[in-house]
Amino acid sequence: MTTSSTLMGFVHRRRRGAELFLLVLALAVGVGGYAAVGVGVEGKVPADIIGYGGWLAALIVAAHIVIRLVAPYADPVLLPLVATLNGLGLAVIHRIDLGYAARGRETSFAQQQLVWMTLGVVLFVAALVVLRDHRVLARFTYTIGFGAIVLLMLPLLPFFEPINGARIWIQLGGLSFQPGEVAKVMLVVAFAGYLVLHRDALALAGRRLLFVDLPRGRDLGPILAMWLVSLGILVFQRDLGSSLLFFGLFLVMLYVATERPGWIVVGGSLFLGGALAAWKTLGHVQDRVDIWLHPFEYYRNAQPPFSDQIVEAQFGLGWGGLIGRGFGEGDPTRVTYAESDFIMAAIGEELGLTAVIAVLLCYGLIVERALRVALISRDSFGKLMATGLASIFAVQVFVVIGGVTRLIPLTGLTTPFLSYGGSSLVANWVIIALLLRISDQARRPVPDLSADEEESDDESTQVIKL
Amino acid sequence: MNRPIRTVSLFCLALFLALMVNATYLQFWRAGALDDDPRNQRVQQASYSSERGAILVGRTPVAESVPSEDRYEFQRRYPAPLMYAPLTGYFTFGNATGLESSQNSVLSGEDPRFFVRNLVDLVSNEQQSGGSVELTIDAKAQRAAYEGLSALGDGVEGSVVALEPSTGKVLAMVSLPTFDPNDLASHDFGAVDDTYADLLDDPGDPLLNRAVQTRIAPGSTFKLVTAAAALESGKYDSADSLVPGGATFQLPQTSGDSGVVDNEGRACGTDEITFRQAMEQSCNTTFAQLAIEVGAEKMLEQAEKFGFNADYLEDLPGQARSVYPSQVNPPQLGQTGFGQFEVQATPLQMAMVAASIANDGVVMRPYVVSEVQSPDYDAETADPEELSEAVDPQVADVLTELMVSTVDDGTASPAAIPNVAVAGKTGTAQRGVPGEPPYAWFVSFAPASDSQVAVAVMIEEAPGQEIAGGRLGGPIAKAVMEAIIS
Repeated sequence: MTTSSTLMGFVHRRRRGAELFLLVLALAVGVGGYAAVGVGVEGKVPADIIGYGGWLAALIVAAHIVIRLVAPYADPVLLPLVATLNGLGLAVIHRIDLGYAARGRETSFAQQQLVWMTLGVVLFVAALVVLRDHRVLARFTYTIGFGAIVLLMLPLLPFFEPINGARIWIQLGGLSFQPGEVAKVMLVVAFAGYLVLHRDALALAGRRLLFVDLPRGRDLGPILAMWLVSLGILVFQRDLGSSLLFFGLFLVMLYVATERPGWIVVGGSLFLGGALAAWKTLGHVQDRVDIWLHPFEYYRNAQPPFSDQIVEAQFGLGWGGLIGRGFGEGDPTRVTYAESDFIMAAIGEELGLTAVIAVLLCYGLIVERALRVALISRDSFGKLMATGLASIFAVQVFVVIGGVTRLIPLTGLTTPFLSYGGSSLVANWVIIALLLRISDQARRPVPDLSADEEESDDESTQVIKL
Repeated sequence: MNRPIRTVSLFCLALFLALMVNATYLQFWRAGALDDDPRNQRVQQASYSSERGAILVGRTPVAESVPSEDRYEFQRRYPAPLMYAPLTGYFTFGNATGLESSQNSVLSGEDPRFFVRNLVDLVSNEQQSGGSVELTIDAKAQRAAYEGLSALGDGVEGSVVALEPSTGKVLAMVSLPTFDPNDLASHDFGAVDDTYADLLDDPGDPLLNRAVQTRIAPGSTFKLVTAAAALESGKYDSADSLVPGGATFQLPQTSGDSGVVDNEGRACGTDEITFRQAMEQSCNTTFAQLAIEVGAEKMLEQAEKFGFNADYLEDLPGQARSVYPSQVNPPQLGQTGFGQFEVQATPLQMAMVAASIANDGVVMRPYVVSEVQSPDYDAETADPEELSEAVDPQVADVLTELMVSTVDDGTASPAAIPNVAVAGKTGTAQRGVPGEPPYAWFVSFAPASDSQVAVAVMIEEAPGQEIAGGRLGGPIAKAVMEAIIS
């Protein structure tokens, strides 16, 4: 690493106090939001505000204390950002529960989400405590990759029913679970491990065509394999969003590992080709594009395709305007799945453009912090993993919010930390744990030389062995 | 690896900027267009749930919003539903009629005149509330008209319109059968649908405001227009001028009974009679000949000066145009002279004819809304507006004299008020369907000089009553005029 030498003299501060201060602000958003929902919808502060606020505070403080203990140099901004989004999401989901209740549909999404958040924080803590050095993960590259593929294939087994036409769910007992959410984290780890080992081969061989270095034919194997997997997800699971997400993720990591824009060109053309072919041949993809281009023509259709969801979201966002209607003053439950995929429409309607931009800034800052971790990380594996996790976040936010606001065709993905959905929430907490672990390693002062050399010896021995 | 990571950062920045620009476009620039989409239920629901302004007669509301316990927060209430339903219309989710529809921007508070007020509401986080609309209606005249028409019995179909001649203010507007807008404004939408379907199926068309939406043959009341045209032509200049008379008149280009006009036994002389007698006895033979004398072109011109073939009512939706045919042959022209053939008029139109004669020949635009009040009670008063000059003042005076004689000594005597000079004209119009009873009409104004009120009464159906303009319509007109004059 060329950058690590320049960083040698600089020691990052821990800034745990700053993190605690930001966490208090995040809690104010979460608990304040919950209270505001009660006041706005029911005219009184919810009776369980103390219990709810206490529980939220306990979770966040627990996460903070664990960071102080096991990752003291970790980035101080990530956890407050995540806590803000998660708290806001809970408040809005609670609002939507109340909205459904007014329509005579009893739901308890907010309570379930709080349970999932608890599980997410537990896994977050577990990941930080168990995984003291992220490089350990590199040892299990292929195992993790295989696990990811298995998880992705799982919903295709015949005894799992498709939900809303997409085969991305598995049902165990009363719980539904989206294995793809976990698989995406595992894929990042597996890609990072694979690329660290093969980056030289992928980077150096190839020929030059029109100012672009194109890779060798035989090195195209993995990218073609990933392309096929993405297409498979699209065709067999009918999940446009995940397909786009996985392939985009792989391309970005490949580009970062090899530093060759040629991969982007090749991958981009493969993606465009695949997307075009899918659009030509798959009815549901065509419908999505038509609805994206002319949603108002399909509004209140008697038969499919329907565009009610996207049109109601458009109406809701417009109705919200700059500062929103205020909790309880809008009608977010007109949009189907307002608690999950379309939670941004609910936020835009009742809290306005102001909140939408604030949420986007939170996401932007998470991506920025993650990429900063990638920049200062001292090892290639950490860099790749951080970049991968950052990109997966950025692409997911872009795909889902872009879909809800009709910037791009709608694809089903959850909004990280905001949407109701256990698998997604838990997986995202683990992503943050991994990022914090990498950043702790990156920001930690270089240990005394003997230990450091021992460690790098280990690594070089491994590389030579291959 | 840091160079590509920086490139990726820039790429991510571009993604987020695209999202922010798009969200801003959607929620700021496009928001207005989205709100204007008629299918946008949020906007409709908000307007349905907001505190709507009242419709007032004097200081008394005839439509108002009262707080309700359900999710819509306010319930529209009509305290005098049957009497005022043709005016107020009704207000239900996604639909409104009558003044509720035409004055919606004021009642909902979205009127541009309330812009500053709404801005203050927005900043102070108050909910936007609507302005009120005060009507020109005179409560006593409205009650007299409603009770008079209702007194004709069950199943009566008809309308009464009263105008203030000098301004065009509508003092009373009644239409029967009527409906209860409270039933249609209910928040129980299923019941509303049922009620609405029943009202649509009702053969009496209770949802129709007959005062402005029903046009039928005006019959003999149209003789005022024919007389105006004849006097304007200059050939006759006083009530004592001699006009053609006769017990029967064979329409030109016809032969046999079907082309013969008679006077149903009223005394109309043999050859020439005075204008006064022709009007008093409502001589069809006279007015058929006068129309032919004046000519189709002048008749059309005169009718249009009174408001036929035109839209003039801005305060209520769905005004039907009264019709004077533009293409007639001589026998048809003769029939139009006494308000038959294709001549059709609304009660409002005939009230305007009477009002403009009372107003020295000047036709005023009829209006129902006298004042618009913002939620802060800043009022804006409507100004009377001149539509046209139908006849010269001298001609108006002669017409008035003819009509006064008709009340004093002729067919319109049931409208006579002691010690007040009343001008009036009856009408009994044939439907053109053999065996069906005719329509009854009555128009009048009082006092004859410097008059305060002009009335038109129209009765389409009155089961069990013998239809005759003077006998049925006269007393109603009299009651309405008395309510104003006293």
